[in-house]
Amino acid sequence: MSTAEAEPKLTKKDFVTKNDVRWCPGCGDYAILNALQRTLPEIGVPRENFTIVSGIGCSSRFPYYMETYGFHTIHGRAPAVATGIKTANPELSVWMITGDGDGLSIGGNHLLHILRRNPNINILLFNNRIYGLTKGQYSPTSEIGKVTKSTPMGSIDQPVNPMGFALTAGATFIARTVDNNVKHMVETFKAAHAHQGVSFVEIFQNCVIFNDKAFDNVYGKEHRDDQVLYLEEGKPLIFGKERNKGIRLNSLSPEVVTLGADGVDESDLLVHETTRPRPTYAQFLANMTYPYQPTPIGIFYRAEKPTYEHLLADQIKAAQTQQGPGDLQKLLQGTNYWQA
Amino acid sequence: MSVSEAEFKELESVVIRFAGDSGDGMQTIGEQFTDSSAFAGNDISTLPDFPAEIRAPAGTLPGVSGFQIQFGSKEILTPGDAPDALVAMNPAALKTNLADLTPGGLLLMNTAAFTKANLEMAGYTINPLEDQALELEYDVIKIDINQFTLDALAEIEELKSKDKLRCKNFFALGFMYWVYDRSLKPTVDFLNNKWGKRLPHIAEANIKVLKAGYFFGETTETSRNRYRIERAEVEPGQYRKISGNEAIVYGLMVAAEKCQRRLLYSGYPITPASSILETISRQKNFGVKTVQAEDEIAAIGVAIGASFAGNLGVTGTSGPGMCLKSEFIGLAVITELPLIICNIQRGGPSTGLPTKTEQGDLLQCMFGRNSDSPIPIIAASTPSDCFDAAIEAARIAVQYSTPVILLSDLYLANGSEPWKIPAVADIPEFTVPFRTEIPADGFNVYERDPQTLSRRQAIPGQPGLEHRIGGLEKDPRGGVSYDPTNHEQMTRLRDAKVQGIANSLPPLKVNGDATGKLLVLGWGGTYGSITSAVNEMRHEGYSVSNVHLRHINPLPNDLGPILKNFEHVLIPELNLGQLSLLIRAKYLVDAIGFNKVQGKPFTVLDIKNKISEILS
Repeated sequence: MSTAEAEPKLTKKDFVTKNDVRWCPGCGDYAILNALQRTLPEIGVPRENFTIVSGIGCSSRFPYYMETYGFHTIHGRAPAVATGIKTANPELSVWMITGDGDGLSIGGNHLLHILRRNPNINILLFNNRIYGLTKGQYSPTSEIGKVTKSTPMGSIDQPVNPMGFALTAGATFIARTVDNNVKHMVETFKAAHAHQGVSFVEIFQNCVIFNDKAFDNVYGKEHRDDQVLYLEEGKPLIFGKERNKGIRLNSLSPEVVTLGADGVDESDLLVHETTRPRPTYAQFLANMTYPYQPTPIGIFYRAEKPTYEHLLADQIKAAQTQQGPGDLQKLLQGTNYWQA
Repeated sequence: MSVSEAEFKELESVVIRFAGDSGDGMQTIGEQFTDSSAFAGNDISTLPDFPAEIRAPAGTLPGVSGFQIQFGSKEILTPGDAPDALVAMNPAALKTNLADLTPGGLLLMNTAAFTKANLEMAGYTINPLEDQALELEYDVIKIDINQFTLDALAEIEELKSKDKLRCKNFFALGFMYWVYDRSLKPTVDFLNNKWGKRLPHIAEANIKVLKAGYFFGETTETSRNRYRIERAEVEPGQYRKISGNEAIVYGLMVAAEKCQRRLLYSGYPITPASSILETISRQKNFGVKTVQAEDEIAAIGVAIGASFAGNLGVTGTSGPGMCLKSEFIGLAVITELPLIICNIQRGGPSTGLPTKTEQGDLLQCMFGRNSDSPIPIIAASTPSDCFDAAIEAARIAVQYSTPVILLSDLYLANGSEPWKIPAVADIPEFTVPFRTEIPADGFNVYERDPQTLSRRQAIPGQPGLEHRIGGLEKDPRGGVSYDPTNHEQMTRLRDAKVQGIANSLPPLKVNGDATGKLLVLGWGGTYGSITSAVNEMRHEGYSVSNVHLRHINPLPNDLGPILKNFEHVLIPELNLGQLSLLIRAKYLVDAIGFNKVQGKPFTVLDIKNKISEILS
């Protein structure tokens, strides 16, 4: 049985490590782990070519639970290490795990630069709007007025919008998914993998201990029909229990309209297209937030641009074509040498 | 009087300093004088000295840029204590450099620049051109270089007067070539190579002015002494001139070849390390990968990622960048990944003196991380030695699976000297293959080589060896461990691994007798000053020897016994006593510190005076 030459097909359990998973019971991270362990066997990459890189925080323990190559680095700096790995070996499928504090606070600078450089790396940002591993301080995505251990009178910081940040940084694939929908996560991760270039995926993730039900007013059972807008390629932006609400453009702002009221029909609505040449439409989506509009879930934006590692490889090829492969002895000699 | 051989005075060595505005092209003519002297077969050592500002306001004291060269027929180990000749292109250059000029030294001044405005900016109330005291103390030559430059270029119509005057540095150079009997050919070739194809009139103009300077000497200064410096006796072979940062680049490239790993260099612009990034990024035809990262932290992170994936990851920086990199260095220590961190030191703390030299980062490199975080430290001693030091840093990084700090400094980085070009084929290899097979008893991530205690890396892409590393403490199998005894064991193992590197080091070389009254112990860029001083003092009959350290962590096994062979130990450093602290702590030796933090190297005289103070 074991003599078969063909590679056995990978399954989810090939990606499960022996390590005990040490997240709190009920943490949204379990569902994300499950979703990624289901995704990786199905995308045609040998297991040894996966490398998972993370920073610091609850989410960043992720590599320890994935039976792949993994690197748990330092706070906020995973983008740098991931860039180094991908630049050194472009064959690897590199997945970077970060959180709202890791990616958007201490590592905000690095996140900006990995996104603009466009290496073919998949970035999963677990957004729970709180610092969990340090036990409950407000994060850069916490809402204004948030009372936490470090903001007893409420946060006075304007929160950062992760999707808007990624778009402005020049990310070439931007999507949002939610930890209570494994199927949607798997689809989104597969699409992120398929994209050639940097993929940025924000995942709404519930911290059951320090910020429980943070997203319930969006994706909780009672609210999700009216508060979640699932994005589908080529389809008009329609949501609501009765599927009778939509988004249309009013001047320069998206507005919620009711189909059938005031003569509004589907043709008035914005149609979801991820490959519009400019990210303006995706910015509309990024700025749609609770409680003013439904929250878009799905792929916001895709663009094709050359990847960092390919541009570098091209330069090396061009240099070798123009100058020939390097000769170290000639390099040491230089052009100004003399005999003594 | 006719020009004859009899007018030449033979000298063993000469120090010249060119000084002018930072836009006057002093570095260019300094480099040219260096090349011509190298071609003439002299030994040389150079020291550029330029301001932090790219173009401080013209004529001001902070805007002065200088270049010093010592060349000779004997072994030259430093750029020289005090110039025998000073070229002052303006009053500010005179003001900032005159104090260094040897009494009786040649002083060339460009009279055209001694205008009222320039004199005021330099703080002169009396015009030095009219100062009789100056004439008495020095061999003063006043030339209206601007006018002679314009005259020489009268027929070149493509250039406006302003552009013509940009050639004036070559007049000064031409004149100095005449005084020191240098051939014009290397500079003429340089100008033709640089401008000949693109802007031939620029090449022509500069060559004309260069010759005008030379012929000015020949026709109007005929009664002047000229000097001749014979070829230096050197080991036969092929030579070139090399600066410290160039040598680091070449050393890293050869090292990558010798360990069969691809080189990835990741840096962030910082003085005086930027030229490493710039030079290495021009070597892409060798397959070298370079990344200019968004900051110092990312620069080392990229290099660590590259090492994890199987490249030879290298980053380079200076003091402020070292501060930023320290957390990542700790990560490389605990994950035991090979990595080279080049620290080209400059004056500090903080931004400090960005364009001046210092040795102030030693203790930062030793201890500047949280917890017990041992890291090997290698120090280069001369510009060309940076080549060997870089290879040694790579050898230790690869053989001991560890980050290594390679210490250089601004003085070595920007200084240059002749270098006997080594045969690449003769440089030993130091390959350590990555794991490709799963050991029979399973793969333990931190399984150690019994000799070196290093862990053997498995890199992504290798089936069956999937594993995780990271900043959390691990057990030997690679699992996260909070076990108290495991942490102590791993801490001790990391330390023992680094200390064990001492067993791979060659014996120290003692310059001078193996026993005696005084041992001068140095490290890094002070090699030239210390060795020159010790050689001269020995010549004068003093019982003094010196040892210069290449390895500072771990210290060589034979250092302790050597220290015991001397009554006194003197440690000169361009800091307030950092190596002293280490030596005193480790060997309980009452070492005497000799410390200077002026942004300048030790002069040979500084060290000689200190030696005679101790020995008399």
